Order: sequence, then C-alpha cells, then structure tokens
Amino acid sequence: MENSNLIQLENISRTYKIGITEVRALKSVSYNIKHGDLVAIMGPSGSGKSTLMNILGCLDKPTGGKYFLEAQEVSTFDRNKLAGIRNKKIGFVFQNFNLLSRTTALENTELPLLYSNVPSKNTKEMAMKSLAQVGLAGRELHKTNQLSGGEQQRVAIARALVNNPTLLLADEPTGNLDTKTGNEIMEIFTRLNKEKKITIVLVTHDPEVAEFASRWLYLRDGDIVKQDNTGEKR
Amino acid sequence: MNLLKTIRVALNALARNKMRSFLTALGIIIGVGAVIAMVSIGQGAKNAVQERFQSMGTNLLFVRPGSRSFRGRQSGGGSYNNLTEADAAALLKADAVKTVSPSVNSRAQVVYGNKNWNTSIYGVGHSYPEIRNWDVEQGVFFTEGQVRSGQKVAVLGSEVSKNLFEGADPLGQIIRVKRIPFRVIGVMKERGESGGWFNQDDVILAPYTTVQNRLAGIDYIQSIDVSAVSMKRSDEATRQIEEILRIRHKIAPGAEDDFNVRNMSEIAESAAESTQILTNLLGGIALVSLLVGGIGIMNIMLVSVTERIREIGIRMSVGARERDILLQFLTEAIVLSFLGGLLGIAAGVFASRLLAKFGGWETLIVPGSIILAFIFSGSVGIFFGFYPARKASKLDPIEALHYE
Repeated sequence: MENSNLIQLENISRTYKIGITEVRALKSVSYNIKHGDLVAIMGPSGSGKSTLMNILGCLDKPTGGKYFLEAQEVSTFDRNKLAGIRNKKIGFVFQNFNLLSRTTALENTELPLLYSNVPSKNTKEMAMKSLAQVGLAGRELHKTNQLSGGEQQRVAIARALVNNPTLLLADEPTGNLDTKTGNEIMEIFTRLNKEKKITIVLVTHDPEVAEFASRWLYLRDGDIVKQDNTGEKR
Repeated sequence: MNLLKTIRVALNALARNKMRSFLTALGIIIGVGAVIAMVSIGQGAKNAVQERFQSMGTNLLFVRPGSRSFRGRQSGGGSYNNLTEADAAALLKADAVKTVSPSVNSRAQVVYGNKNWNTSIYGVGHSYPEIRNWDVEQGVFFTEGQVRSGQKVAVLGSEVSKNLFEGADPLGQIIRVKRIPFRVIGVMKERGESGGWFNQDDVILAPYTTVQNRLAGIDYIQSIDVSAVSMKRSDEATRQIEEILRIRHKIAPGAEDDFNVRNMSEIAESAAESTQILTNLLGGIALVSLLVGGIGIMNIMLVSVTERIREIGIRMSVGARERDILLQFLTEAIVLSFLGGLLGIAAGVFASRLLAKFGGWETLIVPGSIILAFIFSGSVGIFFGFYPARKASKLDPIEALHYE
C-alpha cells in the first residue's frame, strides 16, 4: 500500500461557463499522489488550486480527463455516489472552519457519522476519540462560538478524521490563524501523516506552511508549472 | 442515513432555533385551534337543537291549516279556519295515532290581585302533557270532563306563576283573563328558555273549549297536536292523518291539501341541517386559516433554507446526499406542523372551554374534528415543506460552502 497510487490524475481539465465566456480554471493536469504523501499545492490566486482541491475532494467534477481514487474512476460518479465517497474516504478542513453554529464540538464531530452506516450508539464514542486525538478531550460540550480559532480548527480536523478517511484535504487551514496556532495545527497534520499514515493534501500560499510538506506542486493559470519531491522550495 | 437519525438531525436543528420554530408552528397552532373551536361551536349548537327537540317528544306531529287560494290570490299558510274539533276526534281512528290535543291560542293580560302579566293562553286538550312530554309540577292538569264542559280552570307555566304569585301558593286562587275568572288548579314544570327569546314557561294552559268560547270567540281550532304511537310510525301516522282529513274536507283526488302535517323528526332534521351549515361555514373559515398557517411554514422554511445554505454545504461536504438534505428539511416541516397540530388541539379544546364558560356558547368537541385537523396539519407540513426541502437538496456543495 505504502507506495501505490492513492490518487491518479490524467489530463484533468475544468471549464466554467459564465454567460457566453468560458473560463478554463484547469487546463490539463496530470499528477499522482501516493499513500502517505503530504502534498502542498501552491500558487497565486486564480491559478486553479481551489478548483483542483474541489475536484480532489469530489465536491466538483472535471469537465475533461480522468480522476482515479483508490483505482476507482470517480470522475464518472454521480452526485450521490460522490457524496458517499466524501463521507467514507475524504475529510475536509477549511480556512474558515465551516462548523455548524450554536452546536457543540461533539455534535460537529459526529456530523459525518450521521450520514454513514455507523450505528447511532457508536457515534458519540467515535467522536469523543477523534476529539481526543486533536487535544480537545474535556471540551466536547463547548459550543463552537465558545471556542478559539485554533480550537475550532481542531474540531474541524476531528470531524474530518472521525470516519477514518484515507485522504485529508485542507484548504488554507492556517489562513485565519496566527502563526503560533497555525504551527500547532500543522504539527497535528504532520503527526497524523507520520503516525496514522493519512495522506494529506493542503492548499496554501504561505511558504512556511508549505515547509511541513514532503512534496510540492505549483500551479499557475490552470497548469502545473513546477513539481518538487526533493524538499527544496520554489 | 436512516429515518431515526434524520428525525434526530431535524429535531436538533429545530431546537437550535427555538423562537423561529415556535413562530413557524404558530400559524398551524392557530389554524388547528380555530378549526377545533369553530367546529365545536357548530356541533354544540347542533347538539342543543337536537336535545331540545328530543325533550319536546320525537313522535310529535302538528296539523295546521294550509293556505287557500281565492280567485288566484294565494293566502299564507294557516289562513284557513277549517280545522274542527270533529277533525281532531276523527284522527284518533288512525291506528298509528296515539292521542290528539286540539289547540287554540290567544294572548291576554292576566290579573291576580294587584298584579298583572301579559302572556299567551294556550287552549289545549287534556292529553297535552302527555303529547308534549311535559309534566305538572304542582296540583293537577284538567281532565277530559273539564275540557268537554268548558270549565274555567287554568294550569300555569312556572314563569307566569312566578310573576303573578311571587312564591305564594297559586293553587285554588282565581286569576282573571279578559275579566273572566279562572281557577288555578296546577303549575307546570319548568322547561327553560328555547332559542333565547321565547320562554316556554311564560304560558297559561286552559281547556281549548273554554278558550274558544270565552276568550277567542271562535268555533274552529287553530291546530292539532298529535302523538304517534312510536317515533318509527310517525311517517305512517302522517299518511293516515292526510287520508282522513282529505276525506273529511272533501278534497278531490289530485287537488292540493288544505292543511299541513309536519312531524317533529322532519322539523328536527331541518333544524339540524341548518346548524350543520353553520358548522361547515365555521369549519371552512378555520380551514382557510390553517392553509395560511401552511403558507407561513413554507415561507419560513424558504427563508431558513437561504439562511442555512452554509450549513447545507457543510453537511454535503461531509457526505450528505440529496435525499438526506431533502428528508431533513421535510422532516423539520412535518415535525413543526405536527407539534403545531398537537398544540393547536390543546389550544382549540381550551378555547372551546372558554367559549362555553364565558361566552355562553354551547360547545361540543367531536373526535372527528381533532383527527381531521391533525391529518390536515400533517399534510400541510408535507405539502408546503416539500418545495423548500427540494430547493435545499439541489444546492451545489461548492457554492453552498462559500455562500456568505
């Protein structure tokens, strides 16, 4: 498993139609991600990194090319099948946390389990475990608005982890946090990557954040301009 | 996601916004409450009417003169003076007829000592108490012999007794009606008011012969009260009465009757019919308010979908399918309208009690109206909840996530 491809992208393109003009957010992206990789996608705004992230996360479908996730061609799946993939294989962490307001950390973490086959009696326990992993044991019943930004992002990570996904996607996970808290969050990511062998893909334009990654991918105007597996930046 | 989880999610979502949930349900609460309260008023009125008729005797029939036409000019009903004592006596021959009482009415000022009172004088036969299902409270009713010999005796209604005697014993006292002395031999039981303005106890009963000769100065009778041997045979009694009277009045076959026979169950039915119209009308108005409540639910649900686009996006990003979102919002709408329905039932029952206690309305809550209102409120929830729920489920996850 260690060296097999988790993700295989073949000539992925994504074109948006806005009125009569076509915007080519991704032109032709081919890239493989192995199990256990920690990949940073970098690039200026408008380079297509968010579009790529949405396609990787099965929130969006490419208009051209093929996307294989664990050898399944998910680019052919319909809305409902994609929802199932998101539920079982993928965990999301967003820049603005995207937690349900007026809801406890526990309830937020339980959310993916409500849409899975996990029996109701187990969901609480699984969510508690997941929260403990990100260091939030004892804060389960705090509502999201009573938590700090860093704590909210940890809840989001706990939520992403609760279903034991193979792929964790993080879109600017430290963008709304100060440097110290951001580093703490990144340490959690690297720990999960090392100890649990979870594949992580993160989008960032912060070089310091990107330094935590083992592989880098630079996008500009919808194309990969540079990729780097050596540990050297830019 | 199974149904139990869906219900849990919906309940949590509603609990997170209690005020909005309550306001949404309020339309249904008021609607259902109104249906139940209004229908209870209608049913109460119907019930009261039926009870009143029952107390008057359901095997009661009335014979009244018909209308007459003279050279093409039609007079109103009762304008004939063609019913006689002999007609009344002849009706006893019909085997479905139990007993009869001729009736002559008059109105007069009645004097006792230094008191006087204006009231109706009913000239009736000795069997009147039996036919009208109305007993003597004190003293006796007049006998067949007293009727035949036209004695000046009177039986008072309780209201008249109250007004003329003010608690003193009226038995054996002499009252004067149009200066003619009548001896009081009895007082009837109290019957209570009927229809609000007409007091059944404000009456004096006297032999019809006496009223004919001494008070009204007529030789015909105005109507005949008949009691059939049973309620079942009252239609048969009607036919027999018609047959007898047609022969006696020498009415050619095919010509119209010069009299009318009405039986009590007919009258009771038509009265019940008119109260049913009242019930339907009130219920209809209340149903409209329930419908408005449903539109209120749809309105709030639509607003709520817009307000919760981000939430929907989050749910979709963690794996909620279209069906899950659809079911969640639909369940929210149904839960709201069902809870609204339950509270509405309580409100309706409460309102109808209040109306009965302080408004003086007679109300009757029928299980049918509760079931109807409940089912209707549930369907309102499904019907008006579906569109917003569908709208929510069709959202694009990416757009929903980035919605501000």
